[in-house]
Amino acid sequence: MILTLRSWFWISPDERRRPVPWPVLLLNWLLAFFLLALVCFYSFSRLRYNWNWGTVGGYSNFFWRGWWTTLKISVLALLLSTVIGLITALARRSGFLVLRAVSRLYVELVRGTPLLVQISFAFYVVADAFRIQDRFLVGVSALSLFSGAFISEVFRGGIESVGASQLESARAIGLTRFQTYQYVIFPQAIRVILPALAGMFANLIKDSSLLSVISIEEFTWNAQQVSALTYSNFECYIPLAIGYLILTLPITLWTQWLEKRTTYET
Amino acid sequence: MKLRATSLCKSFAQQLVLKNVSLDLENVRTLALIGPSGGGKSTLLRIMAGLEIPDSGSLSMNDCEVVYREKELLEHRRTVGTVFQAFNLFPHLTAVQNITLALEKVHRYPAAQARDIAESILERFGLSAHGHKPPAQLSGGQRQRVAIARAISIKPKLLLFDEPTSALDPEMTAEVLEVIEELREEGRDLVLVTHQMGFAHRVADRIALLADGQIVECGPPEQVLDDPQKEITRQFLAKILKY
Repeated sequence: MILTLRSWFWISPDERRRPVPWPVLLLNWLLAFFLLALVCFYSFSRLRYNWNWGTVGGYSNFFWRGWWTTLKISVLALLLSTVIGLITALARRSGFLVLRAVSRLYVELVRGTPLLVQISFAFYVVADAFRIQDRFLVGVSALSLFSGAFISEVFRGGIESVGASQLESARAIGLTRFQTYQYVIFPQAIRVILPALAGMFANLIKDSSLLSVISIEEFTWNAQQVSALTYSNFECYIPLAIGYLILTLPITLWTQWLEKRTTYET
Repeated sequence: MKLRATSLCKSFAQQLVLKNVSLDLENVRTLALIGPSGGGKSTLLRIMAGLEIPDSGSLSMNDCEVVYREKELLEHRRTVGTVFQAFNLFPHLTAVQNITLALEKVHRYPAAQARDIAESILERFGLSAHGHKPPAQLSGGQRQRVAIARAISIKPKLLLFDEPTSALDPEMTAEVLEVIEELREEGRDLVLVTHQMGFAHRVADRIALLADGQIVECGPPEQVLDDPQKEITRQFLAKILKY
């Protein structure tokens, strides 16, 4: 196989269904990283800034502790928000009109108001009234409720993307409502849901930083502490960014892998 | 089969689609419903399939009254096989899985047995080589034959076809009609909505013409198609046979 210079960088439209050879893929990925590095290198080279990595490095246990807390919050909120999203999406389609109204109200209120306000309200008003003092519990719940509202809309979109003829077919062969969701709707909806869901999950992880307002000592809170103690900014923010990326990237990759597995021709 | 419909009425959004439809058929193997579009034939078929609930009136099959309540309808649907115009196969499942889904999850066959049933029907329909393929990789005629295989796999007491060849080109229409004729020869009870007059003439022993929500004429094909008594029937046939 003779590769022309052009074929290292360009695939014509009729070739786009075929997989790209790995050396070509590698080259282009390296090129992308190189361009990114170039921009970063140039920007930082223009910056007049006294790097102080040594001092910040002394506080590395702050970062670890915060990152670990954020990981715990994220995993719990991810699971909880998925459950909330699913229940809300199903309630929206329920025969009971009050369930529909409740889910609609919930989604609109949560989507339309700032997370910051919701977290404060949840902790200082609701949790206080019910005498719940566990910040972590309240924080995870508030975050899950926030994210669940968005996720429910993603689920609803996916469910509604399954055509009426599919539901009719399921009815005709005698599947129950539950079985119809299990064997017909979800396996088809998942394709539509996954890409949007990956974005929602990444947002959730980053939104967990707002839990610092109720003094949950998560990743961002810790980074800010170190920043204040050492009078350094970027030395704290760069590890912070990388730490979040380590959490979000596996989710994106995982959903992409799932997407490939659940895909089918139409 | 014995089929009795008494004063069936059905309307959609203020529009009366069936107006007091009554039928009384005994010892019929194949009933063909014909008539102009919007005449109500598909709605009547869907009421038979338990997919639509009539506003009033009743329907009984083989002296068994169809109860139009969700729970009973679910049971009813499990005993009839319905084939749709647009095939309505499940795109995420293979041909075999399309058939085994109902066998396993509704009729509780063990997986291996369901698979055997599916494969033997596909073999009969000349689709052995396509069992592992999803619907997207099958031709229209093959899809419809898989849909028919799905419908008969559960050993239905009645097979319902809603314009099974309307979405197919002539060559594929032939392969699907052959399968339907074969089923009739096997002695299965069929009801089909069709625009294929020649086919209706050949396979049906009763033809009912529905127009404007009413049964205009009902009788053996020699009578309805060759010697129509009503003006509406004559007009309809003249129009459809012209092209």
